Amino acid sequence: MQASSSPQEISTALPAILARHGHDGTRLMQILREAQEALGWLSPALLTEVARDVGRPRAEVEGTAAFYSFFHTRPRGKYCVLWSDNITDRMLGNRELLKALCAKLWLEPGRMSEDGLVSVNTTACTGMCDQGPAVLVNYRAITRMTMERVDAMAELIRNEVPLSEWPAEWFAVEDNVRRGDILLSSRFEPGSALRAAIARARASVDGLMPSSDRSVKESLPHGLVGPTALLDEIRLSNLRGRGGAGFSTRLKWEACRNAPLKEGQTRIVICNADEGEPGTFKDRVLLTSHADLVFEGMTVAAYAIGATRGFVYLRGEYRYLLEPLQEVLARRRAAGLLGNNILGIAGADFDIEVHLGAGAYICGEESALIESLEGKPGRPRIRPPFPVTHGYLDQPTIVNNVETFACAALIALNGGEWFARIGTKQSTGTKILSVSGDVERPGLYEYPFGVSVSQVLQDCGVTNCIQAVQVSGPSGVCVGQDELDRRIGFEDIPTAGAFMVFDCTRDMFEVARNFAHFFAHESCGFCTPCRVGTQIVARLMDKLAAGQGSPYDINEMFKMHRLMQGASHCGLGNTACNPMIDTLTKFKPAYERRLKSLDFVPGFDLDAALSQARQMTGRDDAAAHLAGTD
Amino acid sequence: MDEQGTFLLDGEAIPFTPGQTVIQAAKAAGRYIPHLCWHPDFAPHGSCKLCTVKVNGRFGSACTTAAAAGMNVDNRTPELDDKRRTLLQLLFVEGNHFCPSCEKSGDCLLQATAYELGMMSPHFDHFFPDRPVDASHPDVMLDFNRCIMCALCVQASHEVDGKNVFAMGGRGMRGRRVIINSESGRLGDTDFAATDRAASVCPVGVILKKRIGFAVPIGRRTYDKAPASAVEVAK
Repeated sequence: MQASSSPQEISTALPAILARHGHDGTRLMQILREAQEALGWLSPALLTEVARDVGRPRAEVEGTAAFYSFFHTRPRGKYCVLWSDNITDRMLGNRELLKALCAKLWLEPGRMSEDGLVSVNTTACTGMCDQGPAVLVNYRAITRMTMERVDAMAELIRNEVPLSEWPAEWFAVEDNVRRGDILLSSRFEPGSALRAAIARARASVDGLMPSSDRSVKESLPHGLVGPTALLDEIRLSNLRGRGGAGFSTRLKWEACRNAPLKEGQTRIVICNADEGEPGTFKDRVLLTSHADLVFEGMTVAAYAIGATRGFVYLRGEYRYLLEPLQEVLARRRAAGLLGNNILGIAGADFDIEVHLGAGAYICGEESALIESLEGKPGRPRIRPPFPVTHGYLDQPTIVNNVETFACAALIALNGGEWFARIGTKQSTGTKILSVSGDVERPGLYEYPFGVSVSQVLQDCGVTNCIQAVQVSGPSGVCVGQDELDRRIGFEDIPTAGAFMVFDCTRDMFEVARNFAHFFAHESCGFCTPCRVGTQIVARLMDKLAAGQGSPYDINEMFKMHRLMQGASHCGLGNTACNPMIDTLTKFKPAYERRLKSLDFVPGFDLDAALSQARQMTGRDDAAAHLAGTD
Repeated sequence: MDEQGTFLLDGEAIPFTPGQTVIQAAKAAGRYIPHLCWHPDFAPHGSCKLCTVKVNGRFGSACTTAAAAGMNVDNRTPELDDKRRTLLQLLFVEGNHFCPSCEKSGDCLLQATAYELGMMSPHFDHFFPDRPVDASHPDVMLDFNRCIMCALCVQASHEVDGKNVFAMGGRGMRGRRVIINSESGRLGDTDFAATDRAASVCPVGVILKKRIGFAVPIGRRTYDKAPASAVEVAK
């Protein structure tokens, strides 16, 4: 992790990385990540060499490197400390800890130390809300930060102790499963779901299953009736996507299966493990403790749609899961559950690779995820066409959430009717909630769909009075005190799983302001309304926070909401104003008490204009401020 | 195609051929849908969102929406033009646009579209970003202060010139930018030429040929003679 890499170092480390990835430009994300892990940062010379080797324009390679927060195109410190900055981390005091660490290291946040040793900054939610405040040090997750740990960390950094010698318990990530149901309590035997699916195929050879009249041989790598029998179970289960949108899994899989293949193409199964929505951490646990269930669900999907290639797109924050997941994959290959001729069926070929993201929330959007998998910036595509017909490298592709695949494995094992009996009519099965914030027992709670918000609150231990629950993260819904009997499910509150609890002492304005800055940071910048609009909204919220706002600014916020909701290219821009509009509607006093005046519009803050002069003179005393500026 | 379908644009029947987008069919029929990043010679980029219309009551980009028989498209309604003015204002405050001193004034589609839609002020506080100027090339200079991220230079260089001199990269308002295809990041270190299509495709004043700045005086330029609505439809 040196601050700069010489041409010699590049020529030693890079060739092996490029060879390992077959000099394939579509694998650029993995090449850049591994190169950075080996050489510290992505220097101009390195990018030139990578571009030359993979045969892509240098500007494109640099364009990708510059898109992702976790790629460094300038030298970075030997130690790069990033504090997770979700509102739940803030509630646990991350700002004070960050300041203390900076003070001990004589640093300004966001700036590398003069000697190139260390930089300290913030990053979007790292998915450790149940055990925060969390940090990433050189992209390794550390949980439960305290002032004592800050002291010790500053000492370790000053003494340049390698990360591998830091206290092991700092890197411990707990599962914190508080309530398990069919998924989190499953004792799944690897291979059992696939065997059940194949057994069902044999039973359906006589054409008894309802949809086996469709062409089953068309483009499938193996001519079994099994796929249609399996799709029938998925249909009976009424399974809907767990990423929040709730699209019918059967429709997605059938559309992909029926999409024609061109010469040399295959169908693709992608597991979306980008889990970037602040406050969500269920996929982390599923991949830590139930990886077989997820991989088997992917294999079941491959069998159903006739795919031969699979990817897990794992968010960069979960880098520590890469090796354990690869071990599970190796074990499954050895057991004949992945690779060629799975379970001895000739032609049943399917394998899975884990690809890491590099700090970009937008890659949770399926077409942006596919762009990223192809080695490009994560920019959502123009749709139609949809991924089911034109996905990864233009091939028919399904992208499903981690939890959806886990459900699919259990459906293959136990049947669709079994699954449909759980939950509600339109929301079958269970939902895993990632509970954090003002509760006694943060962690994972799995319930049959239809559970009320108040039931969840009761189970996770609420001592103080409840002000609000943010369900499904910043782009979701803010549930107020008087709505706690609302239910989790597609009929009422759909959710990807985040469940952040705020008691009466919390300032809902600050919650919304945190989310506004999150969206401004994560906007991909492709379309005008989202690129500039999210920045305008963040600036309006800062103006209100500084006590310089007026009703005019609140009207401006509504105006931006109306513009961004209709005109944005993808869901990020469409939902980016939700937290402001939700809190403005439900917690108006939190805004109003910040308004400088109920009718006057101060556009220019004379005192703030002097801040640079104060910084240059190192003064912040009363005489350095304009007295009575209001 | 012997049989053409039609759709309604602001109540008027517009014929189209299969495969045409709404904006292509509208242009062919002599109807103007405001736009910045769309150019008739290139595939739609769909980023500026100026061409946002309402298709059967739902918002969509006219440059990426395929024309379909019987669809009802709202274009120049007060609601949509109001959104377009706001989008223009966002573009003006995002970059550094000083029309009076810009040598593209009168030939600039951003400026002309703002006149067309009656944008009277930038409305929002300016961001005043720190963006570079690149004069390293002997015949062409780049002033990124005026970039609106339309990516037309990227497309022209790739598709017409076969060179890939430009690419879009970076993220968000503070990061997204045009990246130059050289290790130094300078245009002078690429194979770019003033005769490239990419040298004359920029709708605003980023890519400027040297030594011809004021050959045509202000007042006698493209959009001085006719408004954007007329020029763009005749292109």
